[in-house]
Amino acid sequence: MENLKEELKGKIIEVLNLEDINIEDIKDTDPLFGDGLGLDSIDALELIVLMDKQYGIKLSDPKEGKTIFQNIETMAKYIADNRTK
Amino acid sequence: MKESYYISNSCVIKNQKVFKNETLVFESNEADFNAFAKATYKNLQLEYPKFFKMDGLSKLAFLASEFLLSDKNEADNIALLFANKSASLDTDLKHQESIQDKDNFFPSPAIFVYTLANICIGEVSIRHQLKSESAFFCSENYQTEFMLNYTNYLLQNQKADKVLCGWAEFLNDDYQAVFYLIEKQGTKEHTINEIENLFK
Amino acid sequence: MKNVFIKQTNCITPLGFDVASNWNAIQNLQTGISLHEQFGAFSNIYASCIPNSKIKENFQQIEKSVDDFSRIEQLLISVMKPIIDSNGIQPKTALILSTTKGNISALENNDLQSAFLSQLAKKIANYFQFQTEPIIVSNACVSGVMALSVAKRMLQMQVFENAYVVAVDEVTEFVVSGFNSFQAMSDEPCKPYDASRKGVNLGEAAAVVFVDTKPENALVEIIGDANINDANHISGPSRTGEGLFLSIQSALKEANITTDKIDAISLHGTATLYNDEMEAIALNRLQMQQIPAQSMKGYFGHTLGTSGLLETVLLIESMQKNTLIVSKGFVNLGVSQPIQITTEIAKKDIKYALKTASGFGGCNSAIVLKK
Repeated sequence: MENLKEELKGKIIEVLNLEDINIEDIKDTDPLFGDGLGLDSIDALELIVLMDKQYGIKLSDPKEGKTIFQNIETMAKYIADNRTK
Repeated sequence: MKESYYISNSCVIKNQKVFKNETLVFESNEADFNAFAKATYKNLQLEYPKFFKMDGLSKLAFLASEFLLSDKNEADNIALLFANKSASLDTDLKHQESIQDKDNFFPSPAIFVYTLANICIGEVSIRHQLKSESAFFCSENYQTEFMLNYTNYLLQNQKADKVLCGWAEFLNDDYQAVFYLIEKQGTKEHTINEIENLFK
Repeated sequence: MKNVFIKQTNCITPLGFDVASNWNAIQNLQTGISLHEQFGAFSNIYASCIPNSKIKENFQQIEKSVDDFSRIEQLLISVMKPIIDSNGIQPKTALILSTTKGNISALENNDLQSAFLSQLAKKIANYFQFQTEPIIVSNACVSGVMALSVAKRMLQMQVFENAYVVAVDEVTEFVVSGFNSFQAMSDEPCKPYDASRKGVNLGEAAAVVFVDTKPENALVEIIGDANINDANHISGPSRTGEGLFLSIQSALKEANITTDKIDAISLHGTATLYNDEMEAIALNRLQMQQIPAQSMKGYFGHTLGTSGLLETVLLIESMQKNTLIVSKGFVNLGVSQPIQITTEIAKKDIKYALKTASGFGGCNSAIVLKK
C-alpha cells in the first residue's frame, strides 16, 4: 500500500504538471481538491484518465470521483480494491 | 473629430530572448521552449502555478501579455486580439497522438482543452481579470491592416479603452510572439509602418 | 457609420442542403441526430452527421473533379456556390471563414499541411476568385457568431463593401474523443434546458450568410454585437453568466433598444448541466427570462464553431416567417432560474431577435438582429 501511495503521488505530480511540488509535500490525508493541492475540474477528469490508463479502472460517473479522489489514502484504497492491471 | 491612437508598449519574444519596447529585458540559454518559458516566469517572480498546466501557445501568450499588462489599472477595459498561423496545431498533434493507436487510446482532457487556439485568450483574461472584447484570428502572416482596423473599431466605438494585439505563433517548439498595446496616449503612432517595424 | 444587412443565407445539415428544407424539417420536429453504432474507437454514439454519399452527390452537380477536394472543402463550396452565384464577388468583397477545427481529420493521415486553417481558406478563396485575403476566425464555439460580428464591424469601417461569412465543422474522432474525455457527451438525444439533460451530441454542418451595406432586399439588419470573455475558467462557464451578461448588455446598448423589445432569443443550449444553467442565470440578470427562447441543438447537435452561424440562418428564417422555433428535446425545466423555453410552434411578430453563443476559453458572443 505504501508503495502504491508513493507511486500515485509521483504520477499525480507528473500528469497534472504540479510544478515545485515533491512527493514528500503531499500527505496521505491532505485534500486533493479545494485548499489542498488546488486541483480543479480538468484535473479531476485527468485523474479519471489516470485511473483507466495506469490501473485499468473505468469511472463513468463523475460523482463517484468525488469520494474516490478525496485524498491519496482514499484513492490508493480504491485502486488496490479495483485495479485490473 | 477623429481620435489618435498610439502603440504605448510592445513585447517581442523569440530566439530565447524577450524584448520590451525593443530593448532586451531577458535572455536565457535554454533551447527547449518549456525550459525557456520557466526561466522567464521565474525572472518575472510570478506565483501562478496554473502556468505550468498551460500548453506552449498559452505560455507564450501569457508571458508576452505579462510584460505589458502587469501594471494595468483594475478599471481598464482592455480588449485582446490574438492571431497566429498554426492555431492550436502543436497541441492538436499531441491529442491526435493519444488517439492514433487504438490499443493505447487515452485522450487527455487537460490536453484536449488546449486544442482551441482561443484558450490562450482565456488564460490571459483570467490572469488579468479582463471581462472584455476578444477574438482569435488565423492567417499565414500577421494581417497588419485588418488588425489595425479592428483595433480602431473597438476604440472608436467604446467597445474597449485599450487593445492588446498579439501574434503568438507556436508549432513544434518554434515560437514567436509580437505583442503591442494600443491606447489613446503615447508617442508612437498606431500605423501599419510602426506595427510592421515590431516584426523586423 | 454604415448600416450592415444580411441579404442572403444558406446552410447544409443532415436535414437538408438548403434553408427551405432545413426550415421544413424543423417545423416537423425532425432531427439530424441518430445513433451511430460504430464511430472510430467509439460505439453507440449519438451524433448529427451528413452522409458522405449525399455530400458527394451534391458536389458533383457543381464540380466534376470531386477527388481534388476534401470533404470539408466540398461542404464549403457547396454551401457557398448558390449565394455567390446570385451576389457575385467585387474587388472589396471579404471572405470570412469561421471554424473550430477545420480540416483536423487530415492529422489522422499525417497530413499536417492540410490541417492549417489558412490552407483551407486559401483553397476556397482561390476557387471562387476572391480578391481579398481571407479572414479566419477560430474562437471555439462562438466562432460563427463572432465571424458575423467581425464582418459587421469591418463593413462599418468601410474596409470591405460586403462579405461572405461562412462556417464549417465536421464530426471527427478528434472531437468525439475529446468531448468524451470531458464526460460531456449524452448517451441519448440531447435535451437542452431539460431536467434530465445529460450533455451534448456532436454535429456537423456548413452555413453561410452574405452581408452588405446596401439595404435593398435585406432580410435583417445587424444592429448590435459583442464578444466578451468570462475571465473565469478555460473549460467551465462562469457561474454568474458574467461574460454572456456583458455581451448581451453591450450588444443591446449599441442597438439602442431595451431588453423588452426582443421578441425571440436563439440561445447556445448545448445541454450540458453548466452551460444551460449559466445561460438561464444571465437571462435572469438581464430580466429577459420572459422572452421566448430556444436551443437548436436538438435538431443539429452541437456543430461547434458553425453552430452560431447555422442557428442565425434559421433564426432569420423564423423572423421572416414570424414563427417561433420549438426547442426540441425540452420537456421539464431543469435550470435554477425561470426561462421561457418554446415548446410549441407559435406565430409571433418577430421584429427584433437575439442570437448568443458561449464556448471554451470563457468566450461569449451576442448579436441583435432587426427585421
